[in-house]
Amino acid sequence: MKTSNLVSKYHVLFLIILLFLIAFPFVADSRTLTILFTQIFIFSILAMSYDILLGYTGIVSFGHAMFFGIGAYATAILLNTFEPTIGVFIGSIAVGIVLSGFVSFLVGLLTLRLKSHFFAMLTLAISGLLLVVAEKWRTVTKGNDGFTFRAPDIFKDRIVFYFCVLACLVIVFLILRRFVQSPLGRLLIAVRENEQRTRSLGFKTLHYKVIASVVAGVIASLAGSLYAVSLRFVNTSVMAMDITLDALLMTIIGGVGTLVGPIVGSVVIEFAQHYLSGLARDFPIFERWIIFFGIIYILAVIFFPKGIVGSILQALSKWKSKHEDRKIFALEKDKEHSP
Amino acid sequence: MEPIIRTKDLSIQFGGHKAVDRVNFEMPEKHFKSIIGPNGAGKTTFFNLLSGELRPTEGDVFFKGESLAKYSSVERTRKGLGRSFQITNVFPNLTVLENVRLAVQSKEKVRFHFIKSYRSYKKITEEALVILDQVLLLNKGEAIASQLSHGEKRKLEIAMLLALDTEVLLLDEPTAGMSLEEVPTILDVIRTIKQRGNKTILLIEHKMDMILDLSDSIMVLFNGKLLADGTPTEIMNNETVQNAYLGGLYDGELVETS
Repeated sequence: MKTSNLVSKYHVLFLIILLFLIAFPFVADSRTLTILFTQIFIFSILAMSYDILLGYTGIVSFGHAMFFGIGAYATAILLNTFEPTIGVFIGSIAVGIVLSGFVSFLVGLLTLRLKSHFFAMLTLAISGLLLVVAEKWRTVTKGNDGFTFRAPDIFKDRIVFYFCVLACLVIVFLILRRFVQSPLGRLLIAVRENEQRTRSLGFKTLHYKVIASVVAGVIASLAGSLYAVSLRFVNTSVMAMDITLDALLMTIIGGVGTLVGPIVGSVVIEFAQHYLSGLARDFPIFERWIIFFGIIYILAVIFFPKGIVGSILQALSKWKSKHEDRKIFALEKDKEHSP
Repeated sequence: MEPIIRTKDLSIQFGGHKAVDRVNFEMPEKHFKSIIGPNGAGKTTFFNLLSGELRPTEGDVFFKGESLAKYSSVERTRKGLGRSFQITNVFPNLTVLENVRLAVQSKEKVRFHFIKSYRSYKKITEEALVILDQVLLLNKGEAIASQLSHGEKRKLEIAMLLALDTEVLLLDEPTAGMSLEEVPTILDVIRTIKQRGNKTILLIEHKMDMILDLSDSIMVLFNGKLLADGTPTEIMNNETVQNAYLGGLYDGELVETS
């Protein structure tokens, strides 16, 4: 009874937030904020995909940007080559997903046998390799300079694109939520908690790590496709280490292994980025806003290792158990006093 | 009758040290055998060789007549060799129920299901609850495993092994580090498993009274070698064993029994 009450409370909260986000572009009438929110949704998708790796399976990857980049380039190149219609856009997302799925499967299969730090280093190396390919394959990618392209006409209206990305966020969130709550998702958590024990229970842990890697890669690719369309421009920065670090920061600050955490993390970081760099006009030090990020990051890791959502959930569960203890104590006291 | 588990010249060498040295042993089905020996005799290493955590430098393990050389620890568990660990080895941040549920999930072969929520697999939860009841942990189902007492963690370890429902149970010092008050509970749990009569159990223990109470046979390891293998009375009366390990500890009881 209590659990169902709790679940419905969370559902109501999500519904309220969703309604707010649906109403927002009509009420706020601010192009800057609509674009900022779109950006937040895209990075939320990327950060959630990273959470599947880091938060649920315990895999640290320094090369997650490569999948984001594959998605971005797939969409940009196809929309640039063919007539920019919705059909081509959807097709380009599918191409990005298939390519990312294939690459993440291969990378996972070859590297996930290794110990975590070696895996992290190898993902960094492979992602660096793909970045070099993007730089040097100028005929297709136009190298570091990148290229602009036309997005489908329907996305000229920023609000339409806003809703398209919001829909993607909600769908991805619901799919990933079901995924982590499935028996397979529980096994990812088991791998994170104690890989050797998971093996001794008769599970081939490599399979689960590769699955996590493919799911994360595929979702990151979707985020990359949306990102490219939001800018109508792509260059090699979509594959840079900064993107992986952003995803890592958002996940850690929001709360690893919670799915909601990375969304909160991307809200915090995107807003901070937006307003801190805006302050640079009056205070030149904010041109180096990344310094403040470093400080926020260090403080977050020291004082909130569980992130914002993780810390809130921990406080809630502490409060709940205290509350229940008090109830039991009161009941026992009543029994003592009753004749 | 073909023994359910058998080893042939099973050996492992770490550098110049032979931790297990040409051990030949076999066990019939539904038999209860204990392994004794002083610390460093190679008991846990022997278990690691049986379960596939370690690969032998020489010799082989046979399960129902089939060589296990090509099988990993995962495949050996799936074939029917389940083990518990001497050092508590659970999923620390998951609840007690979730720990056992994972083991049941393995037994039920629910490995790649991702469409439905794990809560809808009611049979798995029900089985996990039955097993928690057997090891007297039912009231701790929602507790986080890392917050359990040492004795409770040992019970959880056994619950996970039971949940796997393998034919052979390898129990590595299930009472290690337990207080004297907690030992009888574990003893009762193991005795109940034995009485059900459908499992082959290999137990490593130091508590002789527990071993004598439960075992059909006892094997003694000393410096990696198999020193003796026989019924509890045979082992107790074996002079080599007494000199090497028991050191006359049980002289009093032996006088009484003889």
